[in-house]
Amino acid sequence: MKPDTIYFFGTCLIDLIYPQAGVSAVQLLQREGVKVIYPQAQTCCGQPAWNSGYRDEARKVARAQIKLFPKDLPIVIPSGSCAGMMKTHYPELFKGEADEAEALQVANRVYEFTEFLVDVLQVDLKDFGEPVAVAVHTSCSARREMGVADKIEQLLGQLSKVEVKEQAYKAECCGFGGTFAVKQPEISAAMVADKILHLRATGATQLVSQDCGCLLNISGAFAYQANHEGKTAPKAQHIAEFLWDRTQAAEEMKS
Amino acid sequence: MSTEFRIDVQKALGKTEVRAHFRKAMDTLMTNRRNQFPDDAALQALRHQAQAIRANALSKLPELLEQLEAKLTAKGVQVHWAETTDEANQIVLSIMQKHQAKSIIKGKSMVSEEMGLNHFLEAQGIEALESDLGEFIIQLDGETPSHIIMPAIHKSKEQISQLFHDKFPDIPYTENVDELTASARRILRDKFYTASVGLSGVNFAVAETGTLCLVENEGNGRMSTTVPPVHIAVTGIEKVVEKLSDIPPLLSILPRSATGQPITTYFNMISGPRQADEKDGPTEVHLVLLDNGRSNIYSDPELLATLRCIRCGACINHCPVYVRIGGHSYGTVYPGPIGTILEPQKQGLKVHGELIQASSLCGACGEVCPVRIPIPNIINRLRYDSVRKDTEHTPTFDAGTKRKPLEAAIWQGWSWSASHPSLYNFGGTVATQLRGLVPNKVGAWTNVRTAPQLADKTLHQQLKALGVDHE
Ligand code: SF4
Repeated sequence: MKPDTIYFFGTCLIDLIYPQAGVSAVQLLQREGVKVIYPQAQTCCGQPAWNSGYRDEARKVARAQIKLFPKDLPIVIPSGSCAGMMKTHYPELFKGEADEAEALQVANRVYEFTEFLVDVLQVDLKDFGEPVAVAVHTSCSARREMGVADKIEQLLGQLSKVEVKEQAYKAECCGFGGTFAVKQPEISAAMVADKILHLRATGATQLVSQDCGCLLNISGAFAYQANHEGKTAPKAQHIAEFLWDRTQAAEEMKS
Repeated sequence: MSTEFRIDVQKALGKTEVRAHFRKAMDTLMTNRRNQFPDDAALQALRHQAQAIRANALSKLPELLEQLEAKLTAKGVQVHWAETTDEANQIVLSIMQKHQAKSIIKGKSMVSEEMGLNHFLEAQGIEALESDLGEFIIQLDGETPSHIIMPAIHKSKEQISQLFHDKFPDIPYTENVDELTASARRILRDKFYTASVGLSGVNFAVAETGTLCLVENEGNGRMSTTVPPVHIAVTGIEKVVEKLSDIPPLLSILPRSATGQPITTYFNMISGPRQADEKDGPTEVHLVLLDNGRSNIYSDPELLATLRCIRCGACINHCPVYVRIGGHSYGTVYPGPIGTILEPQKQGLKVHGELIQASSLCGACGEVCPVRIPIPNIINRLRYDSVRKDTEHTPTFDAGTKRKPLEAAIWQGWSWSASHPSLYNFGGTVATQLRGLVPNKVGAWTNVRTAPQLADKTLHQQLKALGVDHE
């Protein structure tokens, strides 16, 4: 059964750097007839501190988040990484704490955005965009923590003018890894260099992902090479923004 | 400031040819493994079974070790316990001395690498000769293994050809792998007959029957354990399993995960020295059980999972970091993801603590591990141990020693503002705070990427303007 109301957790990267992805995701959900609640007190899921070993600091931030979703409604998150943090790591982070049950309650209601569109809302998308060749980068957390690696392709498969191009080493990490990119910059740089090489080789002019961390890394590397070496840079977008842009024309034409 | 590890990494990353070589080798191993498991449901069932077998063994480890010792002793195997690698080396030495042995021929054993046995024996005037082809090659070149199951994987065919030619001028230069292998076999064959002691590792030690199982492909393991009159097996205390019936599932998943072979060429089950009515086999068999930090790991319910490892190397083969920096950059006996979790636990965070940062936590390792060790979770736990204050709650050596006042203050500041939303002015506070975490501010991110641009209006502001409900 489709829920009529959901909570939306926008993530700090989207809030700061890619707000359009968040707006598009909310608009897509609303178009499906779902009422969206966006608690304005939300900040960050706590993952940066968690992955750096600062568990007390991560818990403090996570604790402020779990209080924001009191009603028994799905929590939709446009990021495999932040969804994975809440769903798989909150139980560990709150183990033995007074509010452990509350944290588990939140963890159990978490959905990654593309998963929610495909599995819960079962959306049926119509493509009103120009023909385009698209490459998909699935984040490691969406793939391995959330187990939703195939969702973007399922959504793109509904779009008649989108051709998906598959890159070599598709399942390999782009090298972002949060603080990894700054603590081990050389390894991270070598990883993203290979990732953009394989992506460029597909000839796709557009890149989509469900995670803005990966997009920040990959599109930053594309842009750097465009600036310094004059190479082409595919347009990089969060999947929500890409979907909204291409399918919104349908709504406008109907009305 | 670059650390020693980062300097080694930079050097390794600059070696384009070696990197291409690693990439090709790891691609082959990954493809071979994938081909062995066409049915994912069957693979997952087998991984669960293998995990359960290893977890069960660890849950009864003290009893099983006693049982193993009793069974082996009853069959005439001499069992020795070593808490440290020094003790293990001394045990091997005293056995050698008792037999006035001047040379030892070795089958492949990572535990002997852990012990630094070759160097130790050489210092005592004893020749230790590796008989596994890969180990033989790197020993010729004075190197250490770069991979736990393919120790010479970093070397190209041409390098090996040249090495053989340099070390054995009588052998004509050839790049033919079969000819090179044949030459190595000829050289080693003599050594097998003259060495009075043979050494091997152990893949599984069965407590129920007192059986030492050895998996190998070249037959040198069988030679090392049967031809010389004395056989010394060295292994970690965690290698024990409860029953003989535990072996088939492990034997099914180990080679398929490791090299993508359905089964290895040889599988040896050693159950004691030559008996009165037997014609061959060693007259003396010893087992050295090494702790070297393992009981420390054992004492923690979460870290304990590390000891389930069956040393297949699949995590290494699938690691996007290992494939780029190679095995030697780690500076440890065990490289790759397993080394990343094992070495800091064995040797402490002061020596190898940086390894736990050399992971993007992508999870490729945990996904393929045949005994389902949650490697990324253990890395995360070790990161916690490295900076935690309540160090009495973890057995990890050097816990808390990576806590730096500045970094801790940054996370505290971040935590405070991110849990006080009214003060949470992202564009201002948080971005500025996090910027302080970048170790060498110039270049770490922007050497290969453009700098991220903050949006004019945050999502909070935009959704508010659009009238989206906030509760
Ligand atoms: S950790 Fe798992 S994958 Fe890695 S070597 Fe051990 S058993 Fe194999």
